[in-house]
Amino acid sequence: MVSVSDERTGKEQRVLEVTDLSKTYQSGQRSLTVLHDVSFTLNDGDTCAVLGPSGSGKTTLLGLCAGLDTPSSGRVVLCGTDVGPLNEDARSRIRNEHVGFVFQSFRLIPTLTALENVMVPAELRGRADARDAAQRVLEQVGLGDRLSHYPVQLSGGEQQRVGLARAFVNAPRILFADEPTGNLDDETSQAIQELLFALNRERGTTLVVVTHDEALAEKTDRIVRLRRGTIVSDSPTHASEIRP
Amino acid sequence: MALRDSRGSRRRLLLFVLSMSVGVAALVAINGFGANLGRAVEEQALGLLGADLGLESDLPFADSTEALIRDIVGEAAAGVGLDVNEVQARRTTFASMAYFPRQQATRIVSVRATSGSFPFYGTFETAPTDAADTYRDLAGALIDPSLATQFGLSVGDTMRVGQVYYPIVGTIEQTSSEPAFVSLVSPRVYVPLAGVDEELLAFGSRVDYEIFFRLGGIDVEALAEDLDGRLPREVEIHTVDREREAWSEALGNLYRFLGLIALTALLLGSIGVASAIHVYIQQRRQTVALLRCVGVTPKRAMQIYLLQASLLGLVGAAIGAAAGTLLQFLVPGVLAQALPFEIDMRLYPGPILVGLFAGVGITLLFAWLPLLAVRDVSPLSALRADVETGQLARTVRSPRRLAALVAAAVGVLTFGAFQGPTPTVGLAYVIGIAVVLAVLGLVAWGATHLVRKLVSPGLTYPVRQGLANLYRPSNQTRLILLAVGFGAFIVFTLLIVRSTLLSQVRLADEGERPNLIFFDVQPDQLEAVRTRVVDLELPVVEEAPIVTMRLAAIGGRDFRAEREGEAEQSWAVDHEYRSTYRAQLTETETLIDGTFVGTYDGTGPVPISLEQDIALELDVAVGDTMVFDVQGRQMTTLVSSIRLVDWNRMQTNFFVVFPTGVLERAPQTWVLVSRAASAEQSGGAQAAVVSDFPNVSAIDLSLIIGVLEDLFAQLSAVIQFMALFSIVTGLVILAGAVVVSRYRRIDEVVLLKTLGASRAVVRRISAVEYLSLGVLASTVALLLSVPVGWLLAKYAFETPIALPFGSLAVAAAAVAGITMLIGVANSRGIYAAPALQVLRGS
Repeated sequence: MVSVSDERTGKEQRVLEVTDLSKTYQSGQRSLTVLHDVSFTLNDGDTCAVLGPSGSGKTTLLGLCAGLDTPSSGRVVLCGTDVGPLNEDARSRIRNEHVGFVFQSFRLIPTLTALENVMVPAELRGRADARDAAQRVLEQVGLGDRLSHYPVQLSGGEQQRVGLARAFVNAPRILFADEPTGNLDDETSQAIQELLFALNRERGTTLVVVTHDEALAEKTDRIVRLRRGTIVSDSPTHASEIRP
Repeated sequence: MALRDSRGSRRRLLLFVLSMSVGVAALVAINGFGANLGRAVEEQALGLLGADLGLESDLPFADSTEALIRDIVGEAAAGVGLDVNEVQARRTTFASMAYFPRQQATRIVSVRATSGSFPFYGTFETAPTDAADTYRDLAGALIDPSLATQFGLSVGDTMRVGQVYYPIVGTIEQTSSEPAFVSLVSPRVYVPLAGVDEELLAFGSRVDYEIFFRLGGIDVEALAEDLDGRLPREVEIHTVDREREAWSEALGNLYRFLGLIALTALLLGSIGVASAIHVYIQQRRQTVALLRCVGVTPKRAMQIYLLQASLLGLVGAAIGAAAGTLLQFLVPGVLAQALPFEIDMRLYPGPILVGLFAGVGITLLFAWLPLLAVRDVSPLSALRADVETGQLARTVRSPRRLAALVAAAVGVLTFGAFQGPTPTVGLAYVIGIAVVLAVLGLVAWGATHLVRKLVSPGLTYPVRQGLANLYRPSNQTRLILLAVGFGAFIVFTLLIVRSTLLSQVRLADEGERPNLIFFDVQPDQLEAVRTRVVDLELPVVEEAPIVTMRLAAIGGRDFRAEREGEAEQSWAVDHEYRSTYRAQLTETETLIDGTFVGTYDGTGPVPISLEQDIALELDVAVGDTMVFDVQGRQMTTLVSSIRLVDWNRMQTNFFVVFPTGVLERAPQTWVLVSRAASAEQSGGAQAAVVSDFPNVSAIDLSLIIGVLEDLFAQLSAVIQFMALFSIVTGLVILAGAVVVSRYRRIDEVVLLKTLGASRAVVRRISAVEYLSLGVLASTVALLLSVPVGWLLAKYAFETPIALPFGSLAVAAAAVAGITMLIGVANSRGIYAAPALQVLRGS
């Protein structure tokens, strides 16, 4: 087992606590273990990249951390709540209150405008100011003039900005980003990365980025490297040293 | 390759193809029933007539005619050693009031007075069994079971017809010469001919006289031809061959009519097939692009999917044919009331093959158009999905698309012409259905656009998302609205027609309108009947004389001779006219042309007034002359006016009205019209008058309403059985559409779940979407069925439309509810789908 504890924990509040997490899939008579006894913790405002080759278990880990799947063994405590025993509705509620997502392929609802897409998490939370909040955050990501555009009318970069706005509209404590720039060209990718980290700094959100991209990973405070479902290293980055 | 490629999609596609299977099942069931019907008519033709030869007349057979029949038939019979007196039977049929002393009730019945052992052939089943023979020996009566039920009659009770009392000896269970529904209008009563009250056969009553012969071993057709030229014109000659032909035609029309309804289900199913293939090809574009990348030609790519469509069509058609083969055994039960015999159902390969051919043919015809998209998939789209748009836009205007559209249209029209009662009716029917579907599609299109405009930011998220799903890209809103809307349209139209027909009769009972009629009153009874009615504290609203006559010529030409050679004579030519004479118009009549002459001044042709429809039917106008044969006397008349008659009132209405001063001395009967305040008063009055004047018959509105309700119940049971196929097709298409959308929605639901949507929110979105679809389908169906109902009311029934608001509201709510339930049931389990697939982008 590889277990890496965070040495900066003491005084800060924990947002994510992963303990001895394993996931095994059954396929007929065969079983396939994609995560082995993974443990780590993240505190408020941390930024962390999960890096690894295809099939290393990155996305599975992300899904388990966000309560999208149930582990075969181990424990995930998200924002102080053990998500293991919760049912689907309760886990959805936790995600709505504390978690934001950014997807590689944007995942916008095609029948809703940019503004309406961003409003969705706020409306699901029952916020009366959903419209105003969505509009504010869209203006923040530079799409104040594209509020009524449908996803199909937006470029890839713009769609991902809408994705970012949607992720931040409820001011989540933790944001999971799965290859957020994987579908974008270099220039757009840089812009989105800057926006992502700017929002993260501004709002003090904990950020977990799953990526292949070493350069993107280097922008976080810490890199967790996965190989064949096991954490092979968990170390601070250069960025963490230069960050004030 | 075709088989390998379809792996994983077969089940979903098959569900859609099942929409076509329902139509095939209907087709096989109906055509299979038709084949059995044809055989049954062949086998049971003897029983349908009940004899080898029948002679029928609405006048008593004159002595000279009797002598002629005795000579001709007797000679033929003697040739094979038969005595004509021993092989004949007689039946005299007339309407009369039956009086049931124990119940102190009366009802108009159809009396069949028989002599001899008619029917010689076929079924004449009674309960108890021997009553079929004993009623003649015991001078008893056999009655329809409906009469026994209505009045609580049983064997041993007594009934009176005219002045003669009969013990009831049994009930008529089945006769091979009459379908059961004839008893709905007027229940049958069989009594021996000997002893019938002759008064009831007096002049003016509608009586049908028949003589039947059992002539085994004689060439009856040749004998009939011999008789054709020698018997008086009013005598109709029936032979087994002629009866077989008549029944084949009548029952053939019945089953072909049902075939049209099967055609409807098949057409609706074809839309399901087209839609399924369209969706399938949309989903397969990436695969097609990849195949193109590895060198598959557009033609070969299309062949792969055409082969898949053919195989699915064959599977769907086979399922339909198998279901139809089983279902055909149910059809005789549904049509039991309309069939004069039981059908021993057998399997015929013909209808099954036609069903298979129709299923595969329809699938290919309707799959062709969406399959054309395969040809236009660019290999480049394997790399860039947006390459497709321009290519598809060009396809819209391609000659291939046009050819596919024409082929589908020609195919369906040909099939309609083949399946319809006549090619013209079949074609008209298919075009009618196409128009209904096109209007449904158009209204559905408009409705979705309207919804798009109505979705306001003020709505809650689940409502907004549910409604937005109606116009989302690749939505199936129009398909679902077509499928559900068409089924709802059929149901709503049936409800409107039923309500219109019944309200037409019920309206007649409003206010002070007459609701009770006494008829067959002899002139010398008129004063006494009038007094009796007044004594019963009933008003005499109207009295009218009736003189029977036949049309002899129009405009100096022998009208009948001119039409002799024509295949179909107008009913108006041979009609026995029951005309009246009076000096003024009644309140149900409006003069629309000419001048109404109330009194004949004795000079020139007699000025008469014609009802509008009969004038149109006979193609005569004001100023034309018509010659009537008034019981042997030729009377030349001049059409002086045309009247519009409101037939919906329970009053005496006539095609031809003579002025006073012409027919007063002609043999006639009278009709007396009254109004009873209640059913009890009406029943009491009928019993009292019939008791005093046994030859007088009475009928009241409640009886007509009852008969109409019974008839409609029988008819609608048949129509609903057949409509069921279209409704089931609609439901299968709906189920197919929601299942396809389920696969598409999983992605979105999982995304919502990831963003924090609860199960309840997801369910609300689904409920809003499918409830909206159901409400839209109901609305669209109502928007179409109300005008169609109005057209039917105005032109087919000539009465104001009566909308059954309550039933329509319940039916519309049921349509919306069922649609929502199917939709919501389909979304069950989606919420539990693994959310990780969103992260993985798969």
